Amino acid sequence: MADAAIQLSGISKSFGPVRANRDIDLLVEKGTIHGIIGENGAGKSTLMSILYGFYQADSGEIRVNGKPIAILSPNDAIAAGIGMVHQHFMLVQNFTVLENVILGAEGEALLGKGIAKARSELKRLEREYGLDVGPDAVVEDLSVGLQQRVEILKALYRGADILILDEPTGVLTPAEADHLFRILGQLKAQGKTVVLITHKLREIMAITDNVSVMRQGTMVASRKTNATTVEELAELMVGRRVLLRVEKEEAQAAAPKLVVKNLTVRDSRGVTVVDDVSFEVRAGEIVGIAGVAGNGQSELLEAISGIRRAVNGTVLLDGEPIDVTGTVDPGALRDRGLAHVPEDRHHVGLVLAFDEAENSILGYHDKPQYLKGPFLDIPAIRADAREKIQKYDIRPANERLRTANFSGGNQQKVVLAREIEQDPGVLLVGQPTRGVDVGAIEFIHRRLVAMRDANKAVLLVSVELDEIRSLSDRILVMFAGRIVGERDGNATEGELGLLMAGVEKQEAAE
Amino acid sequence: MDVVVQLIDATVRVSVPLLLACLAGLYSERAGIFDIGLEGKMLAGAFAAGTVAALTGSAWIALFAAVGIAVALALVHGFASITNRGNQIVSGVAINFIAAGSTIILGQAWFSQGGRTPSVGGDARFGAIELPGAAALRDVPVLGPIYSEIISGQTLLAYFAFAMVPFTWWVLYRTRFGLRLRAVGENPAAVDTAGISVPWLRYRAVICTGILTGFAGTYLALSQNAGFVKDMTAGRGYIALAALIFAKWKPVPAMWACLLFGFLDAISIRYQGVAFPGIGRVPVQLMQALPYILTVILLAGFIGKAIPPRAGGVPYVKER
Repeated sequence: MADAAIQLSGISKSFGPVRANRDIDLLVEKGTIHGIIGENGAGKSTLMSILYGFYQADSGEIRVNGKPIAILSPNDAIAAGIGMVHQHFMLVQNFTVLENVILGAEGEALLGKGIAKARSELKRLEREYGLDVGPDAVVEDLSVGLQQRVEILKALYRGADILILDEPTGVLTPAEADHLFRILGQLKAQGKTVVLITHKLREIMAITDNVSVMRQGTMVASRKTNATTVEELAELMVGRRVLLRVEKEEAQAAAPKLVVKNLTVRDSRGVTVVDDVSFEVRAGEIVGIAGVAGNGQSELLEAISGIRRAVNGTVLLDGEPIDVTGTVDPGALRDRGLAHVPEDRHHVGLVLAFDEAENSILGYHDKPQYLKGPFLDIPAIRADAREKIQKYDIRPANERLRTANFSGGNQQKVVLAREIEQDPGVLLVGQPTRGVDVGAIEFIHRRLVAMRDANKAVLLVSVELDEIRSLSDRILVMFAGRIVGERDGNATEGELGLLMAGVEKQEAAE
Repeated sequence: MDVVVQLIDATVRVSVPLLLACLAGLYSERAGIFDIGLEGKMLAGAFAAGTVAALTGSAWIALFAAVGIAVALALVHGFASITNRGNQIVSGVAINFIAAGSTIILGQAWFSQGGRTPSVGGDARFGAIELPGAAALRDVPVLGPIYSEIISGQTLLAYFAFAMVPFTWWVLYRTRFGLRLRAVGENPAAVDTAGISVPWLRYRAVICTGILTGFAGTYLALSQNAGFVKDMTAGRGYIALAALIFAKWKPVPAMWACLLFGFLDAISIRYQGVAFPGIGRVPVQLMQALPYILTVILLAGFIGKAIPPRAGGVPYVKER
């Protein structure tokens, strides 16, 4: 058996009454890529923060390369050869790559020598691991994929032998993710140890050697990746059998419910973000809009739902025009049967400081069933909320709790319940499963398919290609504000990935 | 020619406290701690300088006292906003109030001169320094007056203030401390994960702020005046903040911004009560208001987008 790079035994950590980690044992072999998988809130990030010195464990022992050590701060972790690439990058946006890399490892008090040394060292690292970035680029001008490489370079510059990556692909395009995996492969080939934290099963299967599964603060299993299956891992994560592939019948699409013609939207800086987009969504089908985040999908949704004014174009809802270029009122659209599950549930979908019952009627609060004269009918609202809690299995099942205290999946269910239960004809859904657990994803997907089967029109925007592919009857791909292609629901990932990267468009232009 | 030289000379003189306060604010704000309490620290520093100069007769001991008091107040601000993660504006305003009130009360209690400190002279002040050859070169055309009137004959603190500009630039961009200081004002989490203590770094920044505001207060009390007068800072701490924004938190532009505000001030002093051809006498109040009116216009329209340090004003809380 290979040597252990990291060996954790009996690690426990509590935050007040919450036991984030309970008696965790973990063994990561040297020179391997080790996946740690689990739902949100399973304790993966806490465990890694303990390893990186952000938190101290209440009990337990950490051994790095066989030696027991105390990691009291990130400094100790760095000294022990542990580097971390955080989910939210720890970069100074207006610094150059070089400045970011040397921050905290400058050498002496004057920068001159340190910078010169870092520059040549950086060149070597970039060459060795295929991490081309360019030392003098300012970080805020770099794409997220490149920023992530800066994070990796930072860790390597500090001499990290063990690299921890926390949900590294959440912000990447499929192509960028593939490149990252190649880099990780190269790191492994050079003898580095990589710990990959993720909730995406596909990534685990694709690049890890070993995988450990966490659930509710405990380590439930460790497997050789080639001796396990996606289904087994999903079941271990969630604690019950999970249906990964959405099962659905052939779509029975009928008349168009939502027709978008020549829609053009500019952002606050006057840049055209949605460029002459036309499509239709028919009753009984799910139309998915795929694309790398930031290619106009968000603005498209906002324009149709009446949150953002379009500069040009027409939108027909049940054949009647929506005044998208004028004073469109989202409330009036809701009355006409257009429901919207917004991308950003924290800022647009919910008022986090409100309780669950209040959130479950937001936007519909002037419907007669929630009113008693000019006042809110609180008992009726709460009864209504309890009904939704039951139907959507929202936990904790307490309509008086502030939604800020709910997990991402349960918050999303609150929004979904609110919009679907009003029985809209058209449902706009943005990023329905962002930050949502596997178990809840399954539930949300089933609900969306049920909407379709009830002969509703569903427009789905998601950056998760898997989600788009498994739910959509038709897929439209957006790139740079335009729809660059339409495929049916069986399109391959490679085909869509190329469209999302704008490859076909560029070739056509040449 | 004489008028121009005199005007520039006056500009330099009134710019010094602004420049010291502005650079003081730069250290703090670049580290992510907003400091609206520059005014109060300067005032307390001026009072300490006036008091100690009157008691000891030594300008140097007075300077130490001023720096000591200003650093103490800066540490109070640090304790409130770094350690206890309080609101930085509230803490800064509180310091301004404490300084404004206590200087008058203590001044009256100790010296009974209506909140003033006794006038001092000689070694108890930082007087003008004649640079070598100033008298000899006086009659050389153009360069002579510039050297002898503007460059020579300033006080030690003025030379110190202008020397602080390149020094601050060097600290910010050429030292490890400067790199970390800039980083902690932009993204303290990046500094924290690099294994550097965010509070310690920010405390050092506010100490720098305290030292420089102490110098600014000393200049007001012992160079520009011969003792402390109540409310003698007269809003300079706020003008310094405006200059800091105008300069986009950079040291060399900060110097130019302070000189510009100083110039407006110098004009308003010089042309008070002077009759202009075609306009007649301009009311004194209007001349006095001129720098402030122009400040508003400049800040509103002429600086383009001033992006403050991203983490400015936000207490750092480790989260995950």
